[in-house]
Amino acid sequence: MEYIASGFYHALQLILKLDSELLGIIFLSLKVSGAALVLAALIGIPLGALLSLKKFPMRSAAVSLLNTFMGLPPVVVGLFLYLLLSRSGSLGFMSLLYTPYAMMIAQTVLSLPIVASLTYAAVSSVNPVIRMAARTLGANNYQTAVAIIREARMGIMAAVIAAFGRVIAEVGAILIVGGNIAGLTRVMTTAIAMETDKGNFELALALGIILLSLSLLINTALHLIQNNKDVRSQIEGD
Amino acid sequence: MPISLRISGLSKVYNSSVVIDNCSYTFQAGSVYAVMGPNGCGKSTLLRICSLLESPTSGSISYYAGDNELAYDMRLRRMMTLLLPDIGIFNTTVLKNVEYGLKIRGLSRKSIYDASCEALELVGLTHKMSQNALLLSSGQKRRLGIARALVIKPRLLMLDEPTSAIDVENTEIVESAILRIKQERSSTIILSTHERTQADRLADKVVFVENKRLSQDGF
Ligand SMILES: Nc1ncnc2c1ncn2[C@@H]1O[C@H](COP(=O)(O)OP(=O)(O)OP(=O)(O)O)[C@@H](O)[C@H]1O
Ligand SMILES: [Mg+2]
Repeated sequence: MEYIASGFYHALQLILKLDSELLGIIFLSLKVSGAALVLAALIGIPLGALLSLKKFPMRSAAVSLLNTFMGLPPVVVGLFLYLLLSRSGSLGFMSLLYTPYAMMIAQTVLSLPIVASLTYAAVSSVNPVIRMAARTLGANNYQTAVAIIREARMGIMAAVIAAFGRVIAEVGAILIVGGNIAGLTRVMTTAIAMETDKGNFELALALGIILLSLSLLINTALHLIQNNKDVRSQIEGD
Repeated sequence: MPISLRISGLSKVYNSSVVIDNCSYTFQAGSVYAVMGPNGCGKSTLLRICSLLESPTSGSISYYAGDNELAYDMRLRRMMTLLLPDIGIFNTTVLKNVEYGLKIRGLSRKSIYDASCEALELVGLTHKMSQNALLLSSGQKRRLGIARALVIKPRLLMLDEPTSAIDVENTEIVESAILRIKQERSSTIILSTHERTQADRLADKVVFVENKRLSQDGF
């Protein structure tokens, strides 16, 4: 217990004096997860919306598949990407293994199904009368789709935040394809795993505190958005 | 120029239950029609088909401007509108709800804003302009629906029970807006209602849905 208390004390000191190693790690974490998320949103939001708005054969199969991918085990994603990116893999020529780019790809793969699937759910739950209203006011197919997606914006934002929460806390995939190289591919979660292993609890705890605060922040944002959505739907329901 | 529409041999079947059966009728250009009939007789269905939201199971509707038959295209769609019973308010401000129909037609910002303010004025919602539209009362929502419909200056205006479940004051605002569209734009107007007195106040002709067809009241 004493151990943890002193760890906390040193951790706070590290945070307060803006330790440069610590800052570098945090910054890389945010960069990797942020970039992965932008990519996942750019692909996942249109994909989820399309799945919801377009009728095509095998649609429900596609949705089930996407839902299954939401729970992809990070280590398995890491393993597959490792095989693809390693020298003998089919993408080996790009020499991406053990770079932040490999980590971004891994996290994009992990967050894409979450963004797409939750976007699908959000767009599907828009009241069908919105589609009809847009049509009666003269919207063409594209404009109607935009109107529906716009109604789902809160849910889509929640989808992106949920995906961010998952990737920022993920360790399995980035450890395998990133390698946890100091100053190059070391991020918060991989650093915590390693420092704990080494018995260097201060840095591990400092990073843990920051990661927790970040999670708290993300979940608060999610909660606020969802509350807001509830209020709106109550109003709409009357 | 207002639009006339000719319904011929129209039928609508929902999962083997026939709602409209081989119905033929002509709505004359520039007249106001009230469609009446008991709950579930098919008024809303008819209006959804006439506004091209749904297609009939068989039969057809032809739209005419004068003697010219109009092709089924985006241009035709944009000459008409239907106020739905649930309206379909967008989760944004009152003003943006009204502006929507003009924005998607690619009009200039200034003319969109001016026309929308005018429409809001007409239904008495100017003071609610920048409020979220979902927070309006149901009577105000109905008025917003009217403003949103008339801002696009439809040549064929359809309204599905435009005053159901709202009070006398709101009903008066809605009715006078409808009459004003009739006078100023000589649009063809088709509205469904359960109130005979309202039909008499607004309509030139009252039409009944009877035995899954339309029949005209002699008056
Ligand atoms: N999308 C649909 N699928 C299946 N049945 C439908 C659908 N829309 C309408 N119906 C059925 O068609 C019939 C006519 O419904 P409609 O809503 O047109 O009646 P209405 O005259 O507008 O009634 P009200 O006065 O209650 O508004 C009803 O029996 C209804 O159940
Ligand atoms: Mg109805």
